[in-house]
Amino acid sequence: MSMPFYVAPEQLMKDRADFAQKGIARGRSLVAVEFDGGVMLCAENPSRNLRKVSEIYDRIAFAGVGRYNEYDQLRIAGIRHADFKGYTYSRDDVDPQALANQYAQMLGQIFTHDTKPLEVEILVVSVGFDRDGDRMFHIRYDGSVTDEYGFAVLGGETEGIRERLEKGFSASATQSAALKHAVKALSADKKLKAEELEVGVLVRDQEGRCFQRLENDEITALLK
Amino acid sequence: MTLPKYDVSNDPGPSFIGLLKTMNESVTYDVSGASPEDLTQITHGTTVVAAKCADGVVIAGDRRATSGNLISYRTMKKVFPADKWSGVAIAGAAGPAIEMVKMFQLQLEHYEKVEGHSLSLEGKANQLSQMLRANLPAAMQGMVVVPLFAGYDKRRELGRLFAYDVTGGRYEESEYISSGSGSMFARTAIKMEFDPGMTKDKTVDLLIKSLFTAADDDSATGGPDAMRGIYPLVATITSDGYQELEESEIAQKFERVLEEFTPGGSTK
Repeated sequence: MSMPFYVAPEQLMKDRADFAQKGIARGRSLVAVEFDGGVMLCAENPSRNLRKVSEIYDRIAFAGVGRYNEYDQLRIAGIRHADFKGYTYSRDDVDPQALANQYAQMLGQIFTHDTKPLEVEILVVSVGFDRDGDRMFHIRYDGSVTDEYGFAVLGGETEGIRERLEKGFSASATQSAALKHAVKALSADKKLKAEELEVGVLVRDQEGRCFQRLENDEITALLK
Repeated sequence: MTLPKYDVSNDPGPSFIGLLKTMNESVTYDVSGASPEDLTQITHGTTVVAAKCADGVVIAGDRRATSGNLISYRTMKKVFPADKWSGVAIAGAAGPAIEMVKMFQLQLEHYEKVEGHSLSLEGKANQLSQMLRANLPAAMQGMVVVPLFAGYDKRRELGRLFAYDVTGGRYEESEYISSGSGSMFARTAIKMEFDPGMTKDKTVDLLIKSLFTAADDDSATGGPDAMRGIYPLVATITSDGYQELEESEIAQKFERVLEEFTPGGSTK
C-alpha cells in the first residue's frame, strides 16, 4: 500500500490559490461603477453570447470573470435562490447580502474540499432607492467576501485598471461619462469598440425589474 | 435558504416548477375530502374577455368575486401581465387561479433570466396548458380554473389569443374569447359588433360594453360601481407591450355605455 506524501496545509492552500488565480488571469477584466442613475457593469467581452453580466432579480445583478462554465453555473444558482426566496416570502425580501453569503459559503467549501477550486471571481451588485442603498459584494475563488463602495474591479491583473478607475472617479457622473470612464480604465492604450464591450445597468428610478442590457448602438451613442 | 446545486442528470433547467419539485414543494391542491357544499363556498372569479384588434389584443375582466350567492370581494383583479408582451385573465376558483397566475409569471421570468431570452408566445401558451393539466385532479374535485391568454407575437408581429379548458386543452382563437360565468352574455355582445381589424380604441369600447352586458344578466359578474369608484380592468397588448388603461379612462367609457343603454338614450 502506498503512503501519500505529506503536504503542509499552507502549501496546499497556496497551490490551490495559485491555480485559481492563474485561471482567472487568463480571462479579461470587468468593472462596476455607480453613476447618477444607478449602477453600471461594464466588461471587456468580444462574445455576444457568452455573457459575463446578467440579471438575478428585481434590483440585483451578477457579474463573473474567469471560467465561463463555472461562473455561469453560479449565476443560475443565484437566480434559483432569488426566485425561490421571492416565491416563498415576497419580492421585497430578496436581498443581495444573503445571496453573497451563500456564494461565499459555496466557493469556500469547494476551495477546501473539492479536487479543484473554481477559477472564478464574482460580483453581486444591487441598486437601492437612493445611493446609500447600493451594495457591491466581491466574492473570490476561496470564498472571501469584500464589500466595495463606488466601484469594483474583477479579474486577474486589476492593479492598472483600479488605478485608472480611481483617478477622477465620480459616483454622480452621467451614464455617458461613467461608461467612458469605465471603458478608459479597462482598455489602457488600446481602443475598445462597442462590439468588444458588454454593458448592463441597474436603473435606480424603475419599478420591478431594473436590469437593462445595453445594445451595441446604445453603447456607441453613449461613448460619443 | 440555501444556494441550490444540481448534478447534470437532475438539473431542473430553466423551469421554475421543476425547481420547486426538486425541493419537494407541493404545487397542486388536494380537496378530495371536501363535500360539494364546501366547494360552492370557495371564492370564485367570474367574467373575463379578450379580442384582437388592428395592432394587437385587448383583454378585460370584471372585479367581482363570489362565494355561493354572496359577493366576497368587489375589487378582485383578474387580468394580469404574464410578462412584458403577454397577459393572462382568469375565471374560476380564485385561490388556485391567482396561485396559477403567480406561478405562470414566475415561470416566464425564470426562463427568461436563466436562458437569457424569453420564450416564444407559443411556448408561453404551452406552459399555461401544462399548468392546467397539472391542476386537473383539483379541477375534477371542483376547483376549476379556466384562464385566457393573450399576447403579442414579436416574431410574427401580430396579437394572438388562446382559450383553454380544464384539462389543459389549448385553442387558438382568431377573433375573440371569453371565460367565466357571464361569458355567454359577453361573447354574444362582442359577436354582434365585432369586426376584424377594428382599432384598439373601438375594441376597448366593445369589451367594456360586453362586460356591462354580462353584469346586466349574470349576478356573479360585477358591473361598473360608480358609488365606490370600482371599474373593470382593461389592458392592451401591442408592439409597445402590456399596458393597463387608467381607471378614469375606463370610468368615462362606462358612462358612455350607460347613456347608450338608458331607455330613451341614443341607441348606437
